[in-house]
This record gives sequence, structure tokens and C-alpha cells, in this order.
Amino acid sequence: MNVTTPPKKLTDKDFASDQEIRWCPGCGDYGVLKALQRTLPELGVPREKLVFVSGIGCSSRFPYYMATYGFHTIHGRAPAIATGIKLANRDLDVWVISGDGDGLSIGGNHLLHALRRNVDLNILLFNNEIYGLTKGQASPTSRPGTRSPSTPGGSVDYPISAARFALGAGAHFVARSVDTLQPHLMEMFRRAHAHRGTSFVEIFQNCLVYNDGVFAHFTDREVADDAQIRVKHGEPLLFGAAQDRGLRLKPGSLELEVVKVGEGGVGVGDVLVHDETSPVLAMMLASLTPPAFPVALGVLYCNPGACYEDALAAQAGPKAADGPKANLNALLRRGATWTVQEGGRIADA
Amino acid sequence: MVSAIAAKAEVIAAPRREVESVVVRFAGDSGDGIQLTGSQFTMSTALVGNDLATFPDFPAEIRAPVGTTFGVSAFQINFGARRIMTPGDAPDLLIALNPAALKVNLDAVKAGGTIVIDTGTCTARNLRKAGFAGNPLEDGTLAPFKVTGIDVSRHTEEALTRFGLSQKDMLRCKNMWALGLVYWMYGRSRQATVDWLNRKFAKRPEIAEANIAALNAGHAFGETAEMGGGLSGFTVRPAALDAGLYRTVSGSEALAWGLVAGAQLAGLKMVFSSYPITPASSILHTLAPLRDYGVTTFQAEDEIAAVCSAIGASYAGALGVTSSSGPGIALKTEAIGLAIGTELPLVVVDSQRAGPSTGMPTKTEQSDLHQAVFGRNADSPVAVIAARSPSDCFEVAIEAVRLATKYMTPVILLTDGFVANAAEPWRIPDVDTLPSMPVFFATELEGFRPTRRDPETQAREWVLPGTPGMEHRIGGLERDFDTGNISYDPANHQKMTDLRIGKIAGIARDIPAQAVEAGNPGGRLAVVGWGSTFGPISRAVDNLRGAGLDVSHIHLRYIWPLPANLGDLLAGFEHVLVPEMNAGQLITLLRSRYLIDAEGLNKVSGQPFKISEIEAAVRARLEA
Repeated sequence: MNVTTPPKKLTDKDFASDQEIRWCPGCGDYGVLKALQRTLPELGVPREKLVFVSGIGCSSRFPYYMATYGFHTIHGRAPAIATGIKLANRDLDVWVISGDGDGLSIGGNHLLHALRRNVDLNILLFNNEIYGLTKGQASPTSRPGTRSPSTPGGSVDYPISAARFALGAGAHFVARSVDTLQPHLMEMFRRAHAHRGTSFVEIFQNCLVYNDGVFAHFTDREVADDAQIRVKHGEPLLFGAAQDRGLRLKPGSLELEVVKVGEGGVGVGDVLVHDETSPVLAMMLASLTPPAFPVALGVLYCNPGACYEDALAAQAGPKAADGPKANLNALLRRGATWTVQEGGRIADA
Repeated sequence: MVSAIAAKAEVIAAPRREVESVVVRFAGDSGDGIQLTGSQFTMSTALVGNDLATFPDFPAEIRAPVGTTFGVSAFQINFGARRIMTPGDAPDLLIALNPAALKVNLDAVKAGGTIVIDTGTCTARNLRKAGFAGNPLEDGTLAPFKVTGIDVSRHTEEALTRFGLSQKDMLRCKNMWALGLVYWMYGRSRQATVDWLNRKFAKRPEIAEANIAALNAGHAFGETAEMGGGLSGFTVRPAALDAGLYRTVSGSEALAWGLVAGAQLAGLKMVFSSYPITPASSILHTLAPLRDYGVTTFQAEDEIAAVCSAIGASYAGALGVTSSSGPGIALKTEAIGLAIGTELPLVVVDSQRAGPSTGMPTKTEQSDLHQAVFGRNADSPVAVIAARSPSDCFEVAIEAVRLATKYMTPVILLTDGFVANAAEPWRIPDVDTLPSMPVFFATELEGFRPTRRDPETQAREWVLPGTPGMEHRIGGLERDFDTGNISYDPANHQKMTDLRIGKIAGIARDIPAQAVEAGNPGGRLAVVGWGSTFGPISRAVDNLRGAGLDVSHIHLRYIWPLPANLGDLLAGFEHVLVPEMNAGQLITLLRSRYLIDAEGLNKVSGQPFKISEIEAAVRARLEA
């Protein structure tokens, strides 16, 4: 290891670019930006090693506001471009910023394949259940009946769940948070960054112009305790202001049910303990919806596996990495060759 | 290699007739191993020093039902003691391994040419399946040809009885029997094929031995049988090729290796991202094992991801390359626009194929020229260059890398199904003597802006993410000329549009003046071609000039921008004839650019031009 002088301690301001932020005042995106700018100094990654890649949409303006390397690309393709960046340089710390339209509609295929390949990316999907930048059409996460300029009679298609999609695609890390939960967001970013492979974080983000309050039923301060469950690995799945309600498997079934600790003979020991390495539990937690159940926030799933570029490098061997390149002349002369001498005579090669 | 020596030492029993050049076409079912047979014959032919050109012509179906005409696979080779420019207009010899192969290829055979048909397959059922009303061997259908019916199936089975193979496995050696016969006809050594079979079936030696036995049996049949019907021994002397070390090379191989050479000369790692598509996939297959050469290949989830990951790789400091065919290029269009806007190097290889939509995937065409030059939203110029032959792909690939990195732009490299699959002898270059073209990443921190440009080329500086102090943002939104920040300023957009157009136009100063391949730099008629029509145009013009006609051949490598002197050059001819395997794309460019009355010769049959077609078109204009 080289001996390096410890770098100057950075602050959130060191990660803010000089660009004027153009999101609507009060947009949930501000909270996410702030949380990330506050998290990055803790991670100890030099600014020049950070690359923010985005597609198209309100959230995809994110890279312009970061004082790091940034690439604002085209609609839906950020995971593919980010994959190429990692193929060229594994040492870069690459973050993908996407939205529900960008990531789950036009770019669904790229998100799917980044997740299944387990490329070492941190993918933040800002889910506001609406197309903001194109002025308010229903998105693939919009709930049935969503009225919008493109669905005046209410949308009739079933929405996709971002977290369930990620789990189905074979993601090794799936977490959830809310734009207004600063400490929780920061914790999710720390966890996502620590995970080698694709880390997928769904952030419920309020669009106050086109879909204001769409998450209020579980994010408003008055209801949050009862309508959210913060999952933590190794801890019982409890929620409520008094932490007296919990989740357990309904006896004789493969469904969760809400129980009240201390009622009907239920003790804390009867409540399920969160195991973030269990894909079945992760899928169950991702599927919980109010009002019958709380919305699960936190690291739903974390089960590391070999990441794509590491596996590729291991397969190639050390020679391919950065050593001198093999000489092409030898390759071109491999196989059947012959020599034509002056005057056209053929000679043994 | 020992084989070349062995060829010369081979005992030739009967007197052989000397011929200058020959066209042979092998044809059979898709499952008959016709392409393997053809490539083996190609190698043996190259090893005796003939010049040659090949034309693999196969269906998109992997294994169509046996005996059907749509399942016929063919391989044509033209070889000779002179320079060979094309796979040949019409076969002198057709080897048809079943009635369908005969049916499909009959029209192509030269009048008076020789046909060998496997009579073992000429059952009433197979003849009917092939669409013959009667038996062509008996009803006069084959009267214009010298026909030899040989029960290749039975002979193969008889030669292989001792191996204890199933009948099906025995018949799979039929192609080797036929190859043995043709080897005898042209006095070829079998050694290279024997070596190849031993290597290929190293784990199943009984299969190797059976194939070798079939090969030997076919050869022995030629030596001993009194066949008549045009089946006799021929000698084709070596061609007068330039001295040097040679190998055969297909367009896909040469292109892949040229990309590697280009990346190495530029001092870059290459990330090659592709999605399987005919006929471009073979480039991916050639590059995939070359990790030690600085190549990372990536099979993306779709065409869009392929180009996007290549762009991402270029952004991160590697040479990003993507490859596809027409329909796939269409999908990449938006992303190519991103690379134009953000001014990142990118090489896009388009192995053109026939028809809109899926069209005819295995057939050749040159109909993506307009897509390459114009096929994007907005004013979005890129450099477009084209390869004329399999070996030319090597140089053109290096040139694509040079232009992409020097001008920080996408370069579209056009080949086609014919160039990609065809093979020819190639004098192997010494890559150590090729001029290096090192790429420089921005290092000057003082006054850094993401839009800082080379004053001469107008190319944006390439900034390596990871460089401290140069953190910046780029994207598809219009950028301010000075700061690189997002800008909707009207005057700035005009300036940036002009910049993008001017940067690509400026490449014309950095490419060679257009040369004349054959003939005078002015006169009665110029045949102007691009891409894979080089062979037939070249031969046709040589023939016509030999006959005393005032005709010249001009062949374009640079499609966009066009060479600076091209307008003046074309103005020096009374007639300009533009043969293209499309409905008239280069000609539209030439007519609009130079306001000349160029005439088109257009063929969109999925088949390359014949020399005779070009000769006829020239004569029609000069002898009218």
C-alpha cells in the first residue's frame, strides 16, 4: 500500500456544484440531494472517483448539482451507461439516479439486467408515482384509478412495485426510504455504498405539483408510526409508537399478519425477526401495503454475491488487467499461413 | 506449414489441364456442412498460392427441413493464377449434395459448366420436395451442362463401414467425400484438412478418422474412376501476389483485429459491446477471447444497452465500440446522438444486410448509407467510412479508431454481409510498424473547462473521470459553448450546431485526396463505388479498359465527409455511373453535393453484383 496523507475532511458543501437547482420549490428531490451530500463525506471516497449517471426526468437532473463527475444521459439508459463505465474502470464509485418512469418504464430492461448481473452500482430510484417532467401523466407505479392528462378516466393498469421488481430481477441489495427521512436516507446510502454489487434503493418522493401527498397515508407525521415499519436485520419486526405491534407468519399459511404484543398471548418472541438475507421474507415485506399493513422501510434484502466486473476480471486473469498488452502480430500469424517469395513462389511459412 | 510443400509433391496421375481461374460452388442442405467444406477448400487453395475470393451464401434458418429449397446453403469460391477480385459471376463447377441444392443453384451455373450431383439423394420424394416435375438427370433439364451423377451417399457409406457408425453419422461425412473429390480435381493436398479434422475432433478420434476416410475415398474416386462429363484434373498455378507472409482472412476477423490494433495504437483499452445479430455477431465472437489484448467484450441485453455501455466505457476512458446490423443500428440511433452531443469517441460497426425491418438477415445489401449519414434526429453529423473488401476491414477499423479518438466523435463503419463473411488471402501486416496514434487525456488543470477544445480539430478534450480537480458534468442537454453548463440560449445553440457540423466537415482536411483506382483522372466515364462493390467494379473496369474503353474506377472509403477533391474529380468525366446494392443512396449524396448528373446502377437482390452486370451498364453508356 502506498502511504498517503489523509485528505482534508470534506463536508456536504464540498459535494454541491455551482449550478442553480431547478427543481420546483418544495420538491422531495431536495431532501434526497441533501441526504446524499451529507453522507458522501463520511464515505471517504475522493470526489474525483465519484460518478453520478442519470437518465431523463426530474430526478435525473441530479448529477448537475453534484460537484463530482456526472453524466446526464438519455431516457432509461443510465444503468447501461453506468455498466459501461464500470467495464472501463472498476475503481470509479458509480451512482445511478433514476425515477419510476425512467427506471421502470422506458428503462425497465436495463434496470432488470443491471440488477441480475450485479454490477457494482448504487441505483437510487426516486418513485413519485407520476411523470413530473412531462407534466403529470400516469407512471408505471401510479395506483389504479390515477387521474392524469393521459388517463382522464383514471388509469386502469396495475402498477409495478419497484422493490418487488428488483427482488424478482435477482437484486442482491434492496432498500427503501422516504425523501423526508434524512437520517434514515443517510443510513440507507451508507448501507448501499458498503454493499459490493448492485444496490437498489427505492425512495418514496413527493411530487408536490402533480402528485402531492400520494404517500401521505404512511409518511405524514401523524400516521407514520402506525403505517411504517422500519426493518433492521436481527431485530423483531415491530412498529407503532409504542413498538407494540409486530409481524408474524399467520399460522398455517405463508402470509404475514399484524399482531399486538401482549394481546391474545402474543409475546415479543412470537414476532418475526428480520433476516435481510431471506429473499422470501424480503418479498413479503416489499409486498405490504396500507391500510392492512405498514409500509416496510429499511434494508429489505442484502445478500452479497460476486459482482459482475469482479467476476469478469477474475476470469480474465491478471494479464488482462493493466499489464502490457499481448502482441497482435503473434495472433495474426496463428493458424495456416504461407509465404509468397519474390516472383510468386510459395514457400513454407 | 508442411502442407504447401506436400501440395507440390503430390503425384498427379493423369495429365492435368491448366486453367487460369475457376469458380466452384458447393451446395447442400444447411446441415451438410457446406460452409465448413468451403472454408477448408479455401484454406487449401490459399496454401498453394492461388489468389481467391469467397462468397458464403446461406439461409437464416439454422436447420431448415431436410431437402427443402429454403434450407440450401452454398459456398462459392473463385481462385486463380491471376488477381481475383470477386467470387465469380457464374460457377464452372457446381457440387450439389441434394436435388434442392441443384434446383436453387442451377440458374447460376455457367453455360457448359460442370455439375456433380449426389444421385443417392435423387429419390422421387426429394426431387418433388425440391420442386422438380420430373427427374432432371433424365428429362433434359440439365442439357446445357456437363453432368456427372455420383452416388456420393453410397460411396461415403461404403468407405465408412469399418467405423461402426450409424447411417446418419456416416452421411454427415458426405461433405468430406465431396471435398476429397474436388481436392483431386484441382490437385490439392489433403493434409491441412486432415490436420484440421484431427484438431477439431481431438476428443472424438473415431469421428476424425471417419471424416478423413471419407476425404481420402473421394480423392481416390477421382484418381481411379473414368468419369467424363467435365470431371478431370486441372492445374491452377499460383497467382503473382506481392511477396510476404499470408493467411486467409474474413471481413469480420480483419475488422475485429483492426479494432484491436487501433485501440493498441491509440494506447487504449477497448470495451466492445454488442447484441447478437446476423451478420455482425462474428465480430463479437472473434473479440471475446482476446482479453489479453486489452479487450473487454460485453454481450448487452439489447442493442440500446450495447451502444450505451460503449458510450459509458468511452466516457470512462476506454475505446467504446459497438457493432450491429441495420435494424440494430436503428435502435442505437438515439444513443449515437448522445455521443455526438457529449462529444465522446465511439466506433459503430454496421454490417449491412438486406431489406427493411428484419428483411433478409443473411443476404447482403448496402442500404444503410442514408441511415449512417442522416439517420438521427436533428443536425447530428458523424463520420462515416466503408470497407471495400475483407482485408480492407483491418485498415478501415484502424482509421475508424483514429477519427473517433482524434475528433471525439462517433464514427460509423459500414461493412455488409458479403464483406463480413467473405474471405481472401491477406498479406499479414506488421502491426509494430503501424504509426501510433496516441490519445491524450486532459491534464492541464489551469483554466479547465469541460468544453476546452483542440483549436485545430475542434475536438473536445477527453477528461478521464478519476482526475482530481476536473470534476464536471456532461449530458444530452445543449451545453454552453464556453462553460459546458446547460444552455437554452438561441445564439449558443446555433453556435454549437455549427461547431458540430464544422468539426465533422473538417475531417476532410485529414483524409487522403480521392484517388482513381484504375484509368485516368478524367474522361468519358467514371464508375464510382463504395464498400463491397469494389471487386466486381474493379474487374469490370479492368476488362473494359482492356477492350479499349475509356472508363475509370473511383472507390470511396470516406462517405462522410467526402474527400475534398471529389467534386472536381467527378466533374472531369462525361458520365458518372454509381453501382450500389441499394435503390440509390450514394448517388443521392453525390448529386445533391456536387450537382452532377450521375446515373445509378442499382441491385437489391441480396446478391453481390456480377462483373458482367457492371460491364453491360458501362457499355450501354459508352457504345450507345
